[in-house]
Amino acid sequence: MYDPNIIPKKQLLSLQLDVSKFYAASDEEKEQHVQIRESTTFFKDGITRLSKNPLAVISIVVLLLLVVVIIFAPMIVPYGYEEIIKVNGKRDRTMSNLRPLEYSELEQEAMAAGEEVFPHLFGTDNLGRDYFVRVIYGTRVSLVVGLFASLIVLIIGLLYGSIAGYVGGTVDLIMMRFVDIIYSLPDTLMVILLSVVLGEVLTPLIEGTALAKIGTNMISLFIVFGLLYWVGMARLVRGQILTIKNNDYVLAAKALGAKSGRIIRKHILPNCMSVIFISTALQVPSAIFTESFLSFIGLGVQAPMPSLGSLASSARGGLENYPYKLLFPAIAICLIVLSFNLLGDGLRDAFDPKLRR
Amino acid sequence: MWRYVAKRVLLAIFTVFIIITITFFVMNAVPGGPFASEKAPSAEVKAVLEARFNLDKPLGQQYLLYMKNLLKGDFGVSMKSGRDIGQTLASRFKVSAALGGMAAVVAIVFGLIFGSIAALTRNRWPDRVIIFITTLFVSVPSFVLATILMLIFCLRLKWFPVWTSGNPSYFLPVIALAMYPMSYITRLTKSSMLDALGQDYIRTARSKGVRESKIVFKHALRNALIPVVTYVGPMVAYILTGSLVVETVFTIGGLGREFVASIQERDYSLIMGTTIFLAVLMVIAMLISDLIYKVIDPRIDFK
Amino acid sequence: MKDFILDVNDLHTSFFTPAGEVRAVNGVSFKLAKGKVLGIVGESGSGKSVTAYSILRILDNPGRITQGQILFKGQDITKFSKSEMRKFRGSRISIIFQDPMTSLNPVYTVGNQLTEAIRLHTDRNRSEAWERAAEMLTLVGVNEPLKRLKQYPHELSGGMRQRVMIAMALACEPDILIADEPTTALDVTIQAQILELMQELQKKLGMSIIIITHDLGVIADMCDEIIVMYAGRVCERGTADEIFYNPCHEYTKGLLKSIPSIVGKRERLVPISGTPIDLLNMPKGCAFCERCDSAMKICLTETPEEIRMNHDHLAACWMNVAEVYKSERAGENAPAAAEVKEAEDE
Repeated sequence: MYDPNIIPKKQLLSLQLDVSKFYAASDEEKEQHVQIRESTTFFKDGITRLSKNPLAVISIVVLLLLVVVIIFAPMIVPYGYEEIIKVNGKRDRTMSNLRPLEYSELEQEAMAAGEEVFPHLFGTDNLGRDYFVRVIYGTRVSLVVGLFASLIVLIIGLLYGSIAGYVGGTVDLIMMRFVDIIYSLPDTLMVILLSVVLGEVLTPLIEGTALAKIGTNMISLFIVFGLLYWVGMARLVRGQILTIKNNDYVLAAKALGAKSGRIIRKHILPNCMSVIFISTALQVPSAIFTESFLSFIGLGVQAPMPSLGSLASSARGGLENYPYKLLFPAIAICLIVLSFNLLGDGLRDAFDPKLRR
Repeated sequence: MWRYVAKRVLLAIFTVFIIITITFFVMNAVPGGPFASEKAPSAEVKAVLEARFNLDKPLGQQYLLYMKNLLKGDFGVSMKSGRDIGQTLASRFKVSAALGGMAAVVAIVFGLIFGSIAALTRNRWPDRVIIFITTLFVSVPSFVLATILMLIFCLRLKWFPVWTSGNPSYFLPVIALAMYPMSYITRLTKSSMLDALGQDYIRTARSKGVRESKIVFKHALRNALIPVVTYVGPMVAYILTGSLVVETVFTIGGLGREFVASIQERDYSLIMGTTIFLAVLMVIAMLISDLIYKVIDPRIDFK
Repeated sequence: MKDFILDVNDLHTSFFTPAGEVRAVNGVSFKLAKGKVLGIVGESGSGKSVTAYSILRILDNPGRITQGQILFKGQDITKFSKSEMRKFRGSRISIIFQDPMTSLNPVYTVGNQLTEAIRLHTDRNRSEAWERAAEMLTLVGVNEPLKRLKQYPHELSGGMRQRVMIAMALACEPDILIADEPTTALDVTIQAQILELMQELQKKLGMSIIIITHDLGVIADMCDEIIVMYAGRVCERGTADEIFYNPCHEYTKGLLKSIPSIVGKRERLVPISGTPIDLLNMPKGCAFCERCDSAMKICLTETPEEIRMNHDHLAACWMNVAEVYKSERAGENAPAAAEVKEAEDE
């Protein structure tokens, strides 16, 4: 019919075939023949991919360093965040608004007399408090608030969403209607509103307790997060569960006789995990944004506890003369948020199966 | 389709209703009444104030009165200054609307352009630069950006004057406000473009012999726009709340700054009025965004 | 020598991914005569679709033709420029894809997408193109064509969408229609209808068809010639009768054995053991030997060439040489035996 690939007579002969080659190949020979790629679990594969992402790795390192600094720095630096620095018990007019690494007059005298004075790495603020320590504490506040708020969102959203998703039916319908309504409320406005009001309501209640230190505004923040911000996560979780529930492998498991508990544990949870994890990682910077925003407009942690937002806000006063007062907290916030964003992006690239090439 | 529209509108109205109710009752939960923090006024003055603000009536009645007034467009008067809130809202909002509107346009237009460029030059230098810049700006809070811009361009370099109502300089504030949504839209456009370009119908178009440029602008873009449209609602919300900060930093006489001031002064009626106003705007923006989305994606069921 | 409308010669296509070179097509050759139907059969990953995409040069980005020629009416289209290729696609060779739902743009009407093809390659204006589109719809058996043109893809049924795809592909009267798994995404009854339609159109319009599928039943009826692919290579080629009744490659035999029978005794299914080969790590020798029950030592080291079994039938499997070689080596003259089994020039 047509010209196929032909084998010239010579070629076959020149192969120097011998008859033993036509004996059957054993199983081991066949196995060795092909290299199979090592199979890994989803989790290990994701971690490998993540570790190959330089930005994500750098972010993790930065965040860890940050955590180390904010834990240990206050132990090394001898100033408190609310402490108006006195030199040898004397108040010093020149202590305020020192530039980074400057010393006040009294401090200089003390150093001339042979005393050791710990340098003011970031200078001092307008009341004579060490700025470095204040920025550190501000960072602490931001990180803790960010993590706690995300945790609240995670727990409530996860519970709510998984119940709605797994149970389904009318329960799901009602639960999601509720979510829709909350979702359409403007969250930032509600936070502001509640902060203003709860400030008045809660102050007498928490007087003297540890909570008084962080102030009612922060409590309001957590309350509002608990009331409003979880809906995004709930929707996400529910959507995931619904998708997974409808997948054939769940059906297959059921057909093999698996009980609900096992299905949830082995099939549903692991598949949701990555998405939930990523979403939580990206929720942290969002919470930190909100906290610093509120602090900036005056609804943040109670003074004298500093917040990066309130530090930035008070820096506006002397902006022309003391720009560093803005830059240090600004860089701190940006660093934290950037690291979390990059980490979240990295996690998404590594673990989201849909993005796999 | 009209059933769907009606349903969404009703839901929006219901949401507004809930917002107003929440706001009202939350505001009135302040112990001691709104004047508690003031120097205790004399009994007669107190009585007059209470009458003026209907505070002597039971809460339920206050609520109904408030709702009635709202429907008439009467937001009451400021507790601190006595000025009509409705007027304040209207006059201040003009400025904020201009600022916010410009920021929205900048964010959308440039976001779409940069996002498309990033998608089309994937992994080459324009993409990398764009991703770098947008990642950075998505991590900078608006107040940080605003203050830094103010510092550098207004105070140090003196390229732009400080904002006054007689000499409004919108450039810097618009940039401060628009950077975050623009970066977000850029990233969103890039990923949805890439998503669209990976679809089977692009392969079909190519197999018909359609030109690359037409494939991008006719087939891919229209599909890529869909997720971006859904962001318009949240973007408006962001711009409204962002304006609180940006106006404060640049000392712009807009609604945002007014709101921040009212918070710091605990002017409850003004806080309430402004909150409701802004919230209603956000709800409307979400509604419009939802409706547009359903219109441009013909696949959606109009249930 | 007959005139072949399409002559694919030693085609090699690879995807250059970050993980390495994925060798999707490794030396595929075939010829298609005017008015004939060629079937390409193979499992997922065998390289059949990639072969088709290579012909039209619509490979996804990291993919490239690394070797070989594709001659359309004598011209090597691998050498065409981008704009030449664009004029070529959709008008001289068309392709229809597996999933008509995702292959049609959801935000544009059927009419919009149909007329796009028409206006690209012919001189018609809008209303003429619209008429032509309606004609095509009628040709493929879509009722109420004018109404359908204004509808969106999601408003049509699966079978209708595939008909629209066919209409789109045939609108400019191409010489060759490539159908990539045209019925896989459809119900069985609709499958039959679509295949019938394709046969009808082929007779009417006289074009050549390449039909790509993993479903042996689909091509049994339609094809003048079938090639069986595995791991980017041609294992066996021949007429439908030859392939079905006299398979000479272990892979083809395995495929045929694995088809469940609806008549006769119900037996256990006999699948082909193992998993498809990893195209990133192509081993030496025959790509199939790891899964082959009759694998011999030579299969592990030497890639089998295509050996002529019969007038129209070739298979690339050492088994066909084994018996002869063994018996010859046992005593007689090796070269003489090899001569008998070797291919000859026609």
